[in-house]
Amino acid sequence: MDKIAIVGASQTKYERRKKGEIFYDMIYEVTTKAMEDADYTLEDIDNVITVSNDFLDGRTISCMAVQEAAGAHDKNVSTIEGDGAFGAFYGAMRVLGGFGTTLVVAHSKGSEGDPKIITNAMFDPIYHRLLGLDAISSSALQASVYMERYGITEQQCALVSVKNHKNAKNNPYAQLPMDITVDDVMRSKKIADPIKLLDCSPISDGAAAIIIANEKRAKKARTKPIWIKGVAHCSDAYFLGDRDLADPISLKDASKKAYAMAGIKDPMSEIDVVELYDAFTYMEPLWLEGMGICDAGQGGQLIEKGITVMDGKLPVNPSGGVLSAHPVLVAGLVRIIEAALQIRGEAGDHQIKGAKTALAHGINGPCGQSHCVWILGSK
Amino acid sequence: MSEWLQDVKDLTLKGQIKVPYTWSVGEVGSRFLVALRDEKKIIGNRCKNCSTVYVPPRKNCGRCFKDIDEWVELGSKGIVTAYTIVRYDYPLQPTKAPFAYAIIKLDGADVGFVHIIKEGLDKLKMGTRVRASFKEDRKGNILDIDSFTII
Repeated sequence: MDKIAIVGASQTKYERRKKGEIFYDMIYEVTTKAMEDADYTLEDIDNVITVSNDFLDGRTISCMAVQEAAGAHDKNVSTIEGDGAFGAFYGAMRVLGGFGTTLVVAHSKGSEGDPKIITNAMFDPIYHRLLGLDAISSSALQASVYMERYGITEQQCALVSVKNHKNAKNNPYAQLPMDITVDDVMRSKKIADPIKLLDCSPISDGAAAIIIANEKRAKKARTKPIWIKGVAHCSDAYFLGDRDLADPISLKDASKKAYAMAGIKDPMSEIDVVELYDAFTYMEPLWLEGMGICDAGQGGQLIEKGITVMDGKLPVNPSGGVLSAHPVLVAGLVRIIEAALQIRGEAGDHQIKGAKTALAHGINGPCGQSHCVWILGSK
Repeated sequence: MSEWLQDVKDLTLKGQIKVPYTWSVGEVGSRFLVALRDEKKIIGNRCKNCSTVYVPPRKNCGRCFKDIDEWVELGSKGIVTAYTIVRYDYPLQPTKAPFAYAIIKLDGADVGFVHIIKEGLDKLKMGTRVRASFKEDRKGNILDIDSFTII
């Protein structure tokens, strides 16, 4: 693969409800800030990818309404309807395909629609939608299979919530910085067993943007280029009943491909920091298993042993993760941004010292139907 | 920040998108739903290539990418392979909380069937045997199975 790099990145603060800013404002803000970050002007942006979802925005072909805010006037612009990590994947392909630079912008406001009704609509209208499934109840089904098979405990999952909300205290963009205990999580309101309130990510508003450039154009950027060493995505079956929900095979496949591209043989020792899509606490150990960071069923112990805390052997979600801010569609792009900031050494109070190689991860579809894995590096 | 911004009271605008749809359920789906409605039977089908018995049935196997044409009658019993007791209500659920979603491996099927369980939630475990209980008034949709009940 030709050398391509992330040369600009920006995000809004994530909030429960952004009343002052409309979609256009949030996108304009992150587009402007990403260009400032790279010290690029609009002339330096060769093409644009927007990321949006019509149900979330309450508008059909929602992409069309935000193109000017993304600086796409008079430019080649295309769209991903799905998580921002996949939008960035498309952006990377466009740079590999001949554009010198791509701007990728994602936005969403969970506050403006109804997340349960909207996520119900991701299910099959013939067989599943009438059952009333939504993101929470379907994820609870996955949690039940995973935790039962391997004896993963609710306390182990609670530790993820404690860790990530604590990490969020060092991230000025996070929505839910909190000092909480395992007891607090265990005593929080039951939502859909085994998921309790503090196992869930919040409803969030926000936007984020990155600029990807080829080697030549990366030289014109102010920032230290963060090289895309490996990236892959894979998808599993759509129907929940067709999948083994405790065995994220599409994540395994995507990870293997991304590692092979990046020349990574032992992810545990070669990766310095992970930013993954923890929409619910159980996802962190399950996805770590899928990434081959530990063996199947060992994710709970990994967390219990403190390996994934800020000063652990492999810090996971130093930003506070999706548990601390969950702008849908934006959240996977944020993982890439946070991974890039870590390698730049610009992650502020949640900086992992000396991070040179980072893994970022996004998901799409119910219960992580598809996964996108990024390996970013300093060289 | 411009000074005028401090005086702005942020307004919101209410809206609702209501779009009626009439989804075709397809030939395979029609046969499945008619069997539910008219015979209180759950039918699946088997991929000749990989032997997977699918329920609901499919016109082709997504893994093998081959057409499926062998029908299998599955009966109405199976075991719970995943479940969650739902504690919240919202308007699209078919019944009031608490109730359970479950993935049920029907006897003779190779994939899980997602549905709800209303009664005996305290007895619900992985591996619990359940049976489909049909509605009296059936309309040709997935809720013609009212719920699964613990055997």
